[in-house]
Amino acid sequence: MSNLITKYFPFFTDAEVPHTVSARPDTGLYSAKLGIWLFLASEVMLFGGLFSAYIFLRIGAEPGYWPSGLLNVPVGTMNTAILIVSSITVVMAWAALKMRQLGKYKLYMLVTIICGLIFLTVKLSYEWPAKFNHFGVFIRKDAASKYEEFLGNKHLQDAGQNPRWEISGHLLDAPKGSSYSHQAEHNAEHFAHETGRHDAVTPAENDYVIQVDAVNANPSDKENDRPHFWPVPMSTKLAVISAADVESASVFAPRHSTYFATYFLITGLHGLHVLGGILVFLYLWLPFPGGTKLYKTNPEHLANRVEIAGLFWHFVDLVWIFVFPIFYLL
Amino acid sequence: MSASPSHVPATQATSHGDHAAADQAAEAAHIAAHLGAYVKVGVGLLVLTGITVGLSYVDFGSRSMNIIVGMIVATIKASMVAAIFMHLKGEKMTIWRFLIMTCIFAMGLFFLTFFAHSDPIMGTSYSTH
Repeated sequence: MSNLITKYFPFFTDAEVPHTVSARPDTGLYSAKLGIWLFLASEVMLFGGLFSAYIFLRIGAEPGYWPSGLLNVPVGTMNTAILIVSSITVVMAWAALKMRQLGKYKLYMLVTIICGLIFLTVKLSYEWPAKFNHFGVFIRKDAASKYEEFLGNKHLQDAGQNPRWEISGHLLDAPKGSSYSHQAEHNAEHFAHETGRHDAVTPAENDYVIQVDAVNANPSDKENDRPHFWPVPMSTKLAVISAADVESASVFAPRHSTYFATYFLITGLHGLHVLGGILVFLYLWLPFPGGTKLYKTNPEHLANRVEIAGLFWHFVDLVWIFVFPIFYLL
Repeated sequence: MSASPSHVPATQATSHGDHAAADQAAEAAHIAAHLGAYVKVGVGLLVLTGITVGLSYVDFGSRSMNIIVGMIVATIKASMVAAIFMHLKGEKMTIWRFLIMTCIFAMGLFFLTFFAHSDPIMGTSYSTH
C-alpha cells in the first residue's frame, strides 16, 4: 500500500520528486509547468463548451427574449478591476520570490487573497441575492396588447428595436399557492413601509402584482431604449397581471430564462475557480511544509509553485475578461 | 534555466552548484527589470476595461457591431494577460505546441455550434426562452 502511494502520489511522501525545479531535458520545462498548461488546455475546452452553448442559445433566442441591462454594471466593472489588480499582485508575488524577498512575497500574496475574497463576497452577498429577489413575468404574445403601457411595443417597433415581452420588478402579490407568496408578502410590507401605500395586495387570487422597474414604468421613453451605466431606481408604479396572460414567471434564477441559466452557470463555475485559487494561495501563503516553510529549504521550488498557481489565477482572470462584457454589457 | 542531468536531484542542482547560483542571480536581475512592465500591463488592462464599458454605450449601428467591438477589446486584453502575465511571450515551444492544438480543438467546438444552429434537433424548444 505504502509502495503504491509512493509510486503514484509522491507528493504525499518524502520521496524526491524529480524536476520540481530543474528542467526536464526532453521538455525543457520543470514538470509542474507542463502539467498546469495541460490542465489549462482542458479548462479552455470546459469554458469553451459553455461559451459555445451561450452563443447557440443567444443566436437562437427569439427577438425580445435575450435581455440586456439587467446586471449592475458599476459593480461588475469594480469586480473586473479587482481581478486585474489581483493578477498584477500575484505576478509581483512570484517575482518577489524569484528575487528572494520573502516579506514582499507574503504581502503581495495577501493582497491577492484579499482581492479574491472581495470578488467572491460581492458576487455571493450582493449580486446574486439581488437577482433572487427580482421578479420577471413573460407575457403571452396574444395578451401583450393588454399590457402595452408596461411593454411599449408600439414605440419599440417604430424605433426598429426588438419587442419587449417581460414585466419585471419586485413581486408584491402572487397568485394563491405560488411558491413566491412568502417573498411577495415580505416585499409588500417593505413597499408599504417605504411608500405608505397599501394597495399592493389585491383581493383577486390569480394576479401577479409587481412594483415595476423603471424600464417598464416608462417603456416608450427613448432613454430606456438602451441600458444605463448607473442602475435606475425602481419606480413605484404597480402592474397587475392576470395569471392567465402569463407565459412564465419566476425570480431571476437559472430557471427564469436561457440568459440567466447561462449567467449563473458560467459565473458560478468561474466563482468556484476563484475559490479554488484562493485556497491554493492560502496554502502557499501559510507556513505549511509546502507553503512558506519551503522557502527555507528550497525557495526556487516555492517560486515555481507560486508561478503555477499564478498561471491558473491569470486564466481565471482571462475567462472573466470575456464573461464581463457578454453578460453585463453587450 | 539550464537543464540538469535527470539523475541529479533537483534541489542539489540549484542550491549547491555555483553555476546554478549564478543563474539564479542573473534570472533575479532579469525579473527585477521586468517589474515595471507588469505594472504597466496591469494599468493598461484597467484602462481597457474602462474603454470596454464606455464603448458598450456607443451606438455602432447594431447590437452585432457592438458585440464585435466588445469582443475585439476583450481579445486584446486576454492576449496581454496571456503574453505578459502568463509569460507566453518567450515560452518554450513545448507549451506553444499544446496551445496550438487546444486552439484547433476549441475552434472545432465552436464550429459545432453552428452545425447545431443550422440543423436544430426537432422537438426541442431551444429557440424560445
